[in-house]
Amino acid sequence: MKLNLKIWRQSDASASGKLVDYKVDINPEMSFLEMLDVLNEELARKGEDPVAFDHDCREGICGACSLYINGRPHGPMQTTTCQLHMRHFKDGETIIIEPWRAAAFPLLKDLVVDRSAFDRINHAGGFVSVNTGSAPDANEILIPKTESDEAFNSAACIGCGACVAACKNASAMLFVSAKISHLALLPQGQPERERRAENMVAQMDAEGFGACTNTGACSIECPKGISMSNIALMNRDFIFASLTSKPELKVSEGA
Amino acid sequence: MKLDSKIPEGPLAEKWTKHKFNLKLVNPANKRKYTIIVVGTGLAGAAAAASLAELGYNVKAFSFHDSPRRAHSIAAQGGINAAKNYQNDGDSVYRLFYDTIKGGDYRAREANVYRLAEVSVNIIDQAVAQGVPFAREYGGTLANRSFGGAQVSRTFYARGQTGQQLLLGAYSALNRQIASGKVTMYTRTEMLDVVTVDGKARGIVTRNLVTGKIESHAGDAVLLCTGGYGNVFFLSTNAMNSNVTAAWRAHKKGALFSNPCYTQIHPTCIPVSGDYQSKLTLMSESLRNDGRVWVPKKVGDNRPPDQIPEDERDYYLERRYRSFGNLVPRDVASRNAKMVCDEGRGVGPTKLAVYLDFADAIKRDGEQKISEKYGNLFDMYEKITGENPYKMPMRIYPAVHYTMGGLWVDYNLMTNIPGLYALGEANFSDHGANRLGASALMQGLADGYFVIPYTIGDYLAGMNPSTDKVSVDHPEFKKAEQEVMDMTKKLLSINGTKTVDDLHKELGKVMWEYCGMARNAEGLKIAKQKIKEIKADFWKNVRVLGKNEELNQSLEKAHRVADFIELGELMVDDALARNESCGGHFREEYQSEDGEAERDDEHYAYVSCWEYKGPGQEEELHKEELIFENVKLTKRSYK
Ligand SMILES: Cc1cc2nc3c(=O)[nH]c(=O)nc-3n(C[C@H](O)[C@H](O)[C@H](O)COP(=O)(O)OP(=O)(O)OC[C@H]3O[C@@H](n4cnc5c(N)ncnc54)[C@H](O)[C@@H]3O)c2cc1C
Ligand code: FES
Repeated sequence: MKLNLKIWRQSDASASGKLVDYKVDINPEMSFLEMLDVLNEELARKGEDPVAFDHDCREGICGACSLYINGRPHGPMQTTTCQLHMRHFKDGETIIIEPWRAAAFPLLKDLVVDRSAFDRINHAGGFVSVNTGSAPDANEILIPKTESDEAFNSAACIGCGACVAACKNASAMLFVSAKISHLALLPQGQPERERRAENMVAQMDAEGFGACTNTGACSIECPKGISMSNIALMNRDFIFASLTSKPELKVSEGA
Repeated sequence: MKLDSKIPEGPLAEKWTKHKFNLKLVNPANKRKYTIIVVGTGLAGAAAAASLAELGYNVKAFSFHDSPRRAHSIAAQGGINAAKNYQNDGDSVYRLFYDTIKGGDYRAREANVYRLAEVSVNIIDQAVAQGVPFAREYGGTLANRSFGGAQVSRTFYARGQTGQQLLLGAYSALNRQIASGKVTMYTRTEMLDVVTVDGKARGIVTRNLVTGKIESHAGDAVLLCTGGYGNVFFLSTNAMNSNVTAAWRAHKKGALFSNPCYTQIHPTCIPVSGDYQSKLTLMSESLRNDGRVWVPKKVGDNRPPDQIPEDERDYYLERRYRSFGNLVPRDVASRNAKMVCDEGRGVGPTKLAVYLDFADAIKRDGEQKISEKYGNLFDMYEKITGENPYKMPMRIYPAVHYTMGGLWVDYNLMTNIPGLYALGEANFSDHGANRLGASALMQGLADGYFVIPYTIGDYLAGMNPSTDKVSVDHPEFKKAEQEVMDMTKKLLSINGTKTVDDLHKELGKVMWEYCGMARNAEGLKIAKQKIKEIKADFWKNVRVLGKNEELNQSLEKAHRVADFIELGELMVDDALARNESCGGHFREEYQSEDGEAERDDEHYAYVSCWEYKGPGQEEELHKEELIFENVKLTKRSYK
């Protein structure tokens, strides 16, 4: 099948970018990234700079691939770009390929953006404070299957950033709330529950993500179907935390 | 060269406990005076970096990924083994040890494997405490399933995303230490050399993948947790960017490379469909719990599967291996798939596939139950192939999946270079000639959480943390930086006619054809010659565009493929030197009448350890004899 591509090219963060036209002739069984591989091989052979894009597992799990395809993060299907196959496009179609656009995701080159803001939000509290070696026997913590399944649904987030790219305000609420809910739904997450919500939300704001206006585009575009109910849960925890938070007591360590 | 594996004396079950007691300790106040460099933050690296930082060491951690959460470990599907015996079905540390030794076709160290089985139980505890949402029963306890090569149910899992959940657990522990300031994390930073001073590992040279800046980092010890090298075959189930560069550059600095030819070919992958294909997708081994493998009895039977009646199907695994059936280990399952396809009984358009059929399981348990267990895998299969596995059997074929070989390490996980360690898939240590399913996650986390925090102290305690320092101004650092820059410059200047992928594909084809599922001396010799030609071609004809001082993905690949080519040659040498069949290494000359692998314990019960001798030189083989005091070497039978 023949396709016309319009791809965002930008040599680095400070350069100005633009959409550039390319043509490819490919097999509809290919994945979207394999289609870009074909283009890149052709470009390289012609001595032109290949298009830079992030990817790794190509199985829809690492969250590395991104791409804003025809105005939708990860394209027309509810999946990751690496799992999107060309049979979902029509022969002769024009496809516009852009990077994630968000102030908190600065562009590095072409279609590659810097999503380290997500890591920093996790540094702020996305963990249970348990040192290696200090855990009790795993079956001492009984967790009803339904609760554990629910926590899993939140934990399934792959951190790709499609939610931010989909949101008109570039809000990271779905991503942050998925992590907060995953731990808030489990007994292990209870001791630090409020602190976690407070600190992660504070970091999210500091990174410059926008506010949430509950339009729900994030969840619709999420390749893993992370639900909006996570945001409600997070808001509850966050409000509770801000109402009850106390300054941490300084305790003398003793002699 | 003298190889000391440092296996502790005493009875098997007491070795690790005694060893831990005998290891020197670093006192808590001194720990902060040491800096440990951890390269790679997948399961092994993230677990190590977090645990060492918790102890008080300063850690500098590196990953070429943009975030530790993207490491290849994230893609592990099926599960992680542990000898918890929660199912009351007769499991024990000894049984996990025994299954692993036998599964590895008696080519692993007893002491290492026993330790692995011992600490396996702690891993599950740790992961649960971090909030890893493993599958559970209605009563709230943890659920298990079975994997190949075992007759007990000891695999813990989180749907089909066990690696993701375990890595997110380790990543969270790492994040906590980054927040506390004990770990400095360098992402999008690729290690391109190890630096040794007076024979000891003292640091690394890296390239910033965004700016191209070449930099040195000094420390008191270096841990390589950089994963496996399955991508030497171009097509594999590994993530696209997995590579051998860190291990290979260490090898060229003197670290021995062990058992490079032991490659695991996974039996259940989606078959290759075309030349454009960039990678192969695994369908988890857990599917063999419920799926039945078959091909038509007749050669050239082209009917669709639903029109082939029951009595004209050959459930060849169930037929040949009565006690393990569809759950034979991976090497056995893969070889059998190859055999039936070689006989002309393969299915699908390429005839290089067999069926994995869930019809009986769906009839027995209902679609709902099967979907609960494998839903995401079925979806993935449908997305890729456009076929619905609830209605039609899956078509599967073996694909390169895991590499048992890697850097040689002693019982403390230290390579032969003092201060240089290798953890996780990057080392050779625990799986012998064939790894059992759900054991890689176990090993990576065992190494990172529960072995290295103890063993590294023994080395560091022997150094003076204040006086025994080397800075990045040392000439050895400057030299290594220069070498990296020279190689980069060279790659960029060739400006030939072939892309890096062209050459990588050529290499992959040679490796798959001659050093893949079955090998023979004649073919290996051809491969050796062909790889030499590819190498010459690479250095004459490769075309790497752009410059160093930018984000340059072709340059990244070029460095990696240059190393894959050299590694390929060594894999062939290793396969040629091992005149027996064992596990993932099947030499066609050495098989029984019914096509089973034939080991030669008298001559080959050793770990091959290859020493680099300089550019263009043949490598030298050293042998670490394997001593079996607890298990009897028998013909591995799953009949
Ligand atoms: C599809 C698939 C499914 C699997 N399923 C299972 C399963 O169910 N159970 C099981 O037990 N095992 C499974 N495995 C195997 C298992 O996932 C891997 O063996 C294991 O995760 C490897 O972990 P690791 O920490 O050693 O390396 P990796 O996770 O590969 O991590 C390597 C790290 O090193 C970094 N790195 C590498 N080189 C450099 C360099 N030069 N400079 C800087 N950083 C570098 C990377 O950025 C990364 O952080 C599966 C494997 C595959 C391919
Ligand atoms: S490449 Fe990993 S999710 Fe797409």
